[in-house]
Amino acid sequence: MGVGGYTRIRTASDDRHETNVAAKLQSMTANAVPVLEMIGVSRSFPGVKALTKVNFRLMPGEVHALMGQNGAGKSTLIKVLTGVYPPDEGSVLLEGKAVHPATPLDAQHLGISTVYQEINLCPNLSVAENIFIGRYPRKGPAIDWKTMRTNAEELLGRLSVYIDVTQLLSAYSVAIQQMVAIARAISISCRILILDEPTSSLDEEEVGMLFSVIRSLRDRGLAILFVTHFLDQTYEIADRITVLRNGELVGEYMASALPKFDLITRMVGREIGESSFVKAKATDASANAMASPRRTFLTARGLGRRGSIQPLDLELKNGEVLGLGGLLGSGRTETARLLFGIDKADQGTIDIDGHTVTMSSPKEAMKRGIGFCPEDRKSEGIVAALSVRENIILALQSKRGVFHFLPRKKQIAIANAYIKTLDIKVSDMDKPVSQLSGGNQQKVLLARWLATDPQMLILDEPTRGIDVAAKLEIMGEMLALCRKGMAILFTSSELEEVVRCSDRIAILRDRKKITELAGAEADEHTVLKVIAAGHA
Amino acid sequence: MDLLRNASDLTRHQLFWPLATLALLGVFNAFFSPGFLHLEIKSGHLYGSVVDIFNRAAPLMLIALGMTFVIATRGIDISVGAVVAIAGALAATMIGGTLVIKDGVPEYVTKVPIAVALVAALGVALLCGMWNGMLVARIGMQPIIATLILMVAGRGVAQLITNGQIITIYYQPYFFIGNGFLLGIPFSVYIVAAVLTALVLITRRTALGLFIEAVGINPTASRFSALSSRAIIFWVYAFCGLCAGVAGLIVSSNVKSADGNNAGLLLELDAILAVTLGGTSLAGGRFSIAGSMVGALIIQTLTYTIYSIGVPPEVNLVVKSIVVFLVMLLQSATFRRRVFRTSGMQESAE
Amino acid sequence: MNRFAINLNYIPLLVTISLFVLMFGLGSVFYQGFFSPQVFLNLFIDNAFLCIVATGMTFVIISGGIDLSVGSVVALTTMVSAALLETYHWNPFPVLVLVLAMGASLGCVMGCLIHFFKLQPFIVTLAGMFLARGLCYLVSIDSISISNPLYASISQYRLPLFGDSSISVGVVIALVVLTVAIFIAHFTKFGRTVYAIGGNEQSAVLMGLPVGRTKILIYTLSGFCSALAGVVFTFYMLSGYGLHATGMELDAIAAVVIGGTLLTGGVGYVVGTLFGVLILGVIQTLITFDGTLSSWWTKIVIGLLLFAFCLMQRAFESGTGKLKAGASAAVQRRQAQVRAMATKDVSAVT
Repeated sequence: MGVGGYTRIRTASDDRHETNVAAKLQSMTANAVPVLEMIGVSRSFPGVKALTKVNFRLMPGEVHALMGQNGAGKSTLIKVLTGVYPPDEGSVLLEGKAVHPATPLDAQHLGISTVYQEINLCPNLSVAENIFIGRYPRKGPAIDWKTMRTNAEELLGRLSVYIDVTQLLSAYSVAIQQMVAIARAISISCRILILDEPTSSLDEEEVGMLFSVIRSLRDRGLAILFVTHFLDQTYEIADRITVLRNGELVGEYMASALPKFDLITRMVGREIGESSFVKAKATDASANAMASPRRTFLTARGLGRRGSIQPLDLELKNGEVLGLGGLLGSGRTETARLLFGIDKADQGTIDIDGHTVTMSSPKEAMKRGIGFCPEDRKSEGIVAALSVRENIILALQSKRGVFHFLPRKKQIAIANAYIKTLDIKVSDMDKPVSQLSGGNQQKVLLARWLATDPQMLILDEPTRGIDVAAKLEIMGEMLALCRKGMAILFTSSELEEVVRCSDRIAILRDRKKITELAGAEADEHTVLKVIAAGHA
Repeated sequence: MDLLRNASDLTRHQLFWPLATLALLGVFNAFFSPGFLHLEIKSGHLYGSVVDIFNRAAPLMLIALGMTFVIATRGIDISVGAVVAIAGALAATMIGGTLVIKDGVPEYVTKVPIAVALVAALGVALLCGMWNGMLVARIGMQPIIATLILMVAGRGVAQLITNGQIITIYYQPYFFIGNGFLLGIPFSVYIVAAVLTALVLITRRTALGLFIEAVGINPTASRFSALSSRAIIFWVYAFCGLCAGVAGLIVSSNVKSADGNNAGLLLELDAILAVTLGGTSLAGGRFSIAGSMVGALIIQTLTYTIYSIGVPPEVNLVVKSIVVFLVMLLQSATFRRRVFRTSGMQESAE
Repeated sequence: MNRFAINLNYIPLLVTISLFVLMFGLGSVFYQGFFSPQVFLNLFIDNAFLCIVATGMTFVIISGGIDLSVGSVVALTTMVSAALLETYHWNPFPVLVLVLAMGASLGCVMGCLIHFFKLQPFIVTLAGMFLARGLCYLVSIDSISISNPLYASISQYRLPLFGDSSISVGVVIALVVLTVAIFIAHFTKFGRTVYAIGGNEQSAVLMGLPVGRTKILIYTLSGFCSALAGVVFTFYMLSGYGLHATGMELDAIAAVVIGGTLLTGGVGYVVGTLFGVLILGVIQTLITFDGTLSSWWTKIVIGLLLFAFCLMQRAFESGTGKLKAGASAAVQRRQAQVRAMATKDVSAVT
């Protein structure tokens, strides 16, 4: 178990995979002709040097992981490769020849295809059309829909995906949409496939499916560039790893030759105490064992909503972290939304401090002393164009109402206080919050709710898309708040984090709560077993 | 060195370009029409071209005020022209002004006490705004289509009220709204000043300005931050309708009649223009009341300029379009970057 | 769009068609002489120009944009045609070529501004509307009657169909435009790119589609359609006048929305627009036949229809959202399979 990531159960195919990799690596080092090479590439934006003289190479028939924290330059590197930005200096060589893709279309024609995290396809078009748009099979002057459909089915079949390709893309889950994106990429007969954070929205089974597809593509000779935050996934799929830090190349390593701890150190540039975190919780646990029983802040009884969550019971106690464990789609966010009043419950009750309340809106929840950091920071959390200061005091101002306006001086004081305590890296609090990195944005969201002096905090995937160091800071802050007596509901798609930080874990599967685990019995292995079994 | 930096800061200030345009127009006018800046007091009233411009701009300024907030919440209200017509039509129908003989002297009286008529007209205007607000906030319709409904149907309603005719108002006191003077200054200017002052106070001294901007930039995040986005959006449209109602009263009082078909025609487009000229983006978010006021004045001054040079008033449209093009281009960061190669806002990394 | 694809997405179109049939049926029941082929064909004859304009507008709206200039371009076309024919005694054919080129060029310019400088279509086409209308008045304030023999004969010519009924040249043009538009929308790369842009413009760019070129073409096409509609309108009215086609852009938008196209873009059928136009025509016909209702009821009814359709679209959107939350059967089957495999793995380890 390491920092950030999850543990996957080994299967027989893993063993086969290992021997394949070993053989591949041998052949690779023998004839090392990179299919793609970037030499001395730099790119800056006003005020930011995103890439500084980076060297990078990609071999055919390998999976190459590009790693680094937020702001390290991974995104920019990919955008330079795919023609979104031209490099300020340096060259890009494709099979030894210099290329200058000026648009994504150019890059596509050169054989470089990208599948982005946000699935850049059109949801209002059918699956078949998304695969073939721009390259339609024709019958005379008109588009040949029938042939397109057959070709699409065949293409997806090669990836072991069997769906109705005439349905709109929006009818399918993110995992399927990603497969469609990959099918499109390989159908453009690419030599290089770039996958930018492909697993962020996938659950374990879907990741497994994706990885087997990647492996089969690699075995066919494709070069695959894989960008991810998940360390365990990197080690599972990558042959080689390139680490970037602050826009510079730290190094290129064979995955088998770089221990996880060294990788993290190179990404962060300092030693991260892996064990220090575990220690924190251990001391917590022993201290709590001796303390008096905790006060229950919120009790949910039979809380449910049709189409969202089946009736469940939850108890949130002051000074305790309740983790929601479960696979993607198990109902974690839905539960959080019910508790915060974003969705209205059809059945069941919520009691706070002994009184039954109707959680009819976020405003109501806030009045009761609850705060909420949503899952999707960008679209549900930060108000992008408003300044950092305004984002921080937003909920507090909402609590005070329209007329009790916080005078500017007070706003500045409050914002400063939280910038300090949470260590938010921002030079000017009047800058738009959109200019901050993901980790700092998450801290701003946290500050927003802390400013309302809540008794309970719901943190829905607070560590999603954040670099390692910031993740630890946020989890540390969470535990600190807990020690001060706050009740916390915590969800994360990284089960390992949930296990590590929670005092109790409520396990969800398929929109239903299965059981609760606490203390010693709550380890990853047991949780996974419970989820798989569907019962305690 | 410092001077240069301050200059570029100045040009980047939100109000700079609108004010500069207005100043330019003023200079142009002063140059070409002698006596443009001339002010004099005649029979207790302040007279002059500038006064005229402010007087005629009053309805537009009011509607632009309401429109600013609507646009700030990422919405739009194209029904204001129809509401102007409805308000005027209702007031005119209720007042009319029948000729009666009182003590041997012919006098025009109103069918209904003037206060009642005014309140009714404003009330209906407010209801129209609330209708729009309900469609956008509660039902979740897109603003342009929601207000399109009232824009289309509203003219029909206005004509229904006036029975398809142009109603002439004969009642003297009613004319005061659009034509009267108080302390030498046109009464309509007072109305605008009052509403403007109230708004500035409200947006500065209360959190309303912040809330409106938050809702416009990210309605979901605002709702999750416990803002009542729906309520804010609803009242913003209601207020816009009310502003249109007041403007309708001024307009009908000015021309002493109510025309269901032509009252307030194209006024919504002028208002949207004024707001965008003033620097508020159609995409919502940060807004500028002062900018909208300057924008409205620009449009009115433009109309006046064209009239005073002796060009047929229909040409006004061509000139307006050129002004729109120029200002839109100047406001576009992409344009500025390409043409002036100044450091506009380039896309930042990540 | 694949044929016989998701039935769900055809529902708005079916509702529109049913509504038209219903309205026509009601008219036939209540009014003498309503149920006749000529009355039906008159719908086409009287609205041919609207049909052409709305077809062009459909493409614009599907791409997520809007074109407010269409009515003004129609007027400009009539004015320029009239002036060239009557005042300068041009031959009709060069006139036709010129006005079509003019409309297309204006559209092209607007498209370029929208694409290259990233301006909002609303504002750019608004300016275009002012410009075109203004240019009309620059040519002539009053209307110019057309006495050109070719135009006059085309105007009067009726292509005989079965029985006594007949259609005008304009209808033929409109139907040809419609057919070509349907082909473009469903069988050409350009048409599919329009849908892609409306669905997710950023994705379309990243997929390597020629988004810029397509966007400019969309507005050029709309301009061309407006000019062509202007030509048909000229045949219909036999005059050029600056006040022609006021508000036609609103009628076009209404027709497109009633026809099932979402204003947000990405979804819609060209054939739906045809029925939208027919519905607008039927409303007018019903009111004419009734004789007791004043013409402004048309506006109110159209407004109510718009309201009803938008409500339906909203309900539809949230409804299918829930349907999509439960994925299709095939996907569910696979998920069950994979889950079964995972269970086996875990139990194998324990």
